[in-house]
Amino acid sequence: MRSRLQHLTSTGIVVAVLVLSLVVGAILTAIEGRNFLSSGNIDAILTGCSILGLIAIGQTLVILVGSLDLSVPFVVSLTSVLAAGHMAGEPGNVVPAVLLALGIAAVIGLANGLVVSFLKVHGFVATLGMGLIISGYIGSNYQGSHGLAPRSFRLIDATQIGPVPLTFLIMLGCALLAILMLRRTRLGHHLYAVGGSPEVARLSGIRTSVPVVVAHVLCSVLAAVAGLLLLSRLSVGSPTIGSQGDYDLMSIAAVVLGGTLLAGGKGNIVGTLAGVAIFAVLDSVMGVMQVNPFLKDVIRGLVIVAAVAVYAGREIDRRPARFDRPTGLDAVLQETK
Amino acid sequence: MPATSVVLTARGLTKSFVGHTVLQDVDLELRAGEVLGLVGENGAGKSTLMKILAGVHSPDSGSVELGGETVSFSHPVQAQQAGISTVFQEFNLLPERSVAENIYLGREPRSRGLVDVGQMHRDTEELLTGLGVTGLRPGQRVRTLSVAEQQIVEIAKAVSYDARIISMDEPTAALAEHEVELLYGIIGTLTARGVAILYVSHRLKEIFRLCDTITVLKDGRQVTTKPAAELDDAELVRLMVGRSISSFFPDPVEGTVVGEPALELRDAGNGYVDGIDLTLRAGEVVGIAGLQGSGRTELVEGIFGVRPLTRGTMSIAGKQVRPRSPRAAIRAGLAMVTEDRKATGLALNQSILDNALGVVRAVFPRRTSQARREVPGLLSSLEVSARATDQEVQFLSGGNQQKVVLARWLTTNPRVVLMDEPTRGIDVGAKHSIYELMRSLAADGVAVLMISSELPEVIGMSDRILVMRDGRLAGELPAGSSEEAVLQVATGVTAAPATTTPAPTEEVAR
Repeated sequence: MRSRLQHLTSTGIVVAVLVLSLVVGAILTAIEGRNFLSSGNIDAILTGCSILGLIAIGQTLVILVGSLDLSVPFVVSLTSVLAAGHMAGEPGNVVPAVLLALGIAAVIGLANGLVVSFLKVHGFVATLGMGLIISGYIGSNYQGSHGLAPRSFRLIDATQIGPVPLTFLIMLGCALLAILMLRRTRLGHHLYAVGGSPEVARLSGIRTSVPVVVAHVLCSVLAAVAGLLLLSRLSVGSPTIGSQGDYDLMSIAAVVLGGTLLAGGKGNIVGTLAGVAIFAVLDSVMGVMQVNPFLKDVIRGLVIVAAVAVYAGREIDRRPARFDRPTGLDAVLQETK
Repeated sequence: MPATSVVLTARGLTKSFVGHTVLQDVDLELRAGEVLGLVGENGAGKSTLMKILAGVHSPDSGSVELGGETVSFSHPVQAQQAGISTVFQEFNLLPERSVAENIYLGREPRSRGLVDVGQMHRDTEELLTGLGVTGLRPGQRVRTLSVAEQQIVEIAKAVSYDARIISMDEPTAALAEHEVELLYGIIGTLTARGVAILYVSHRLKEIFRLCDTITVLKDGRQVTTKPAAELDDAELVRLMVGRSISSFFPDPVEGTVVGEPALELRDAGNGYVDGIDLTLRAGEVVGIAGLQGSGRTELVEGIFGVRPLTRGTMSIAGKQVRPRSPRAAIRAGLAMVTEDRKATGLALNQSILDNALGVVRAVFPRRTSQARREVPGLLSSLEVSARATDQEVQFLSGGNQQKVVLARWLTTNPRVVLMDEPTRGIDVGAKHSIYELMRSLAADGVAVLMISSELPEVIGMSDRILVMRDGRLAGELPAGSSEEAVLQVATGVTAAPATTTPAPTEEVAR
């Protein structure tokens, strides 16, 4: 048992924990007299996964490359109000508004990436500053809800394919593209390399700024996609939607819960998605059980710390012990040796 | 020697850093299929010379000609593309990535725009097989490899650039003796393919074993370049340091008394070592030999409470103790010089003084001011060469750093000093002062337990030699035993080891 646990990868553990939390969640929900697998509940969980999922995918890329993005909640808010303002309820404005939102997000990500890679400011500080700047801009220009999404745009949130919401499929599509990039493109390989050791990457002839900048741009753009999906759900732009969701810390928590090394260089999207799903299941179950919202945060916090403690313990020493508790056949073999 | 073609010529290379000349007017000639040995103390300019060839530094003056054309590199990648690969002393590998991903980093093979992982694994397989390496899977994560295997990955990476010249900086520094053979085999394969090799090492034996020509550097100047056959050990050491080899391993200080047991273990063990019976007396220097992975480091870590012993008894100066942490071990009178000074021995960006006082401050805070007064004397008796005691240790040479590590432990007045590879990767001069320090510690009644992968060192320094195998003490040998005797116990092979070391060059080394 012990050795099998040792061989499990971090991703394996997260997926196992996800399955466990699904089972426990289903049982707890059933005790409350509700059906965990009811279409309403599944829809709620999948929708809950979509927004945080998109942001966490971007955050995974940024963390893998050795940086961090704290500006995502403000990018979410900014795209929500900008797009809503430009749509102004007119179906004809949807495409330009979406392009504008994504474009502005890309520019923000580009700025983050350039500051991190060329001015050598750590991502934590660079994006904290960027977040404050955007937050200040939003605060001084938008009070309360703003603009209006036309019905055609609101359909994105309302559409379901079978039991699966379209927003979830959009998130899944982005995840698949990100996985393809990480596994099968040079850029993806170099992202891991720069996150693992910028010096090794440099000596191997990699231009280390490229993966850093690309990761930041993608992270911001994915946050913008999340902001647009939120707009589609709420139908009006909200200047506080991002910070209400705590998307900066929650996305980092999901990434870390998913087994990605906070220092960079190791991790994957599948783990992150499992991490996001664990949070969504927790939320759903605690919602059904009517857990006090403050206690919810306590439980989330415990889950994150416990998960990272498990990974940390595993990483310290993987040398197999030679003389630990020989049992059964091993003991006999050692005797005869 | 058959006439071979010159692939690289360097003339009059000079380099200085902030007014300090580290390399002056050095010439070099590398020939296809030959190994050029580069020796000299640390600080003699070997690393700088390698880094110039690798494109890390550019020379202030002088020229490098590659295949008849003058070249100058401003980035390591340009050197690699021109056919010069370098295996640096520090591993340049990503521990979380696979063997194949590390080797082809930056040059991942692609088909239709996507990385072709299958092709990359096949190429890696082919590359490793070509080097005569088996048992290394392309998909293995580097973190799970042994030091020797990581070294092989480094070399394979260098070779994969179709290098005509490969320079290696102390490639055997972290390898045990039997792993070194594997490396020799790979070097043989490479020279047979016509690759020129520039080989830097502190181990004289392997210099003679491998090299066709030897260049000696001292204080940045070229002392001599001669065919290896015209030199011998003693001559080479004299050229490097101006000191003869007979005084290389100092004898015990006159009047050293072997006294009461300072450290005793009875049937001790934990998850990594087992059944350890050991008595270390005051005034003794005892060496621990064994292959990489035989549990040497784990043994001293067990004694020192890093991975506490879980079975048996342990006593220090007759008193039963079982340290559960290094802190408890230090309080009981133990000191441990760890294997990796940069990672676990020193706080690199702190000053010499802070490092020297680090352990005392943490464990015996009331003795700090007294220790502070002792530090200058201690540093000068260790012959640490530094500008001042407030200099950060990261700017010291390896040998001086190691001396600071020793100072850090000696300020605690230990009864027993455990040393894990105390002379790894440091120059001959610094080695010598560490040997002398060990002898003078013994004369003061301290017991010294030293792990070493270098057999001449274990044999030359130890009053007794303990040999480990598979986590157990496999035997004890008297001082001055032969290398063959130690290897026999270490490997458990009782037959004459002539079949494993078919080395006529051994004769030259003696």
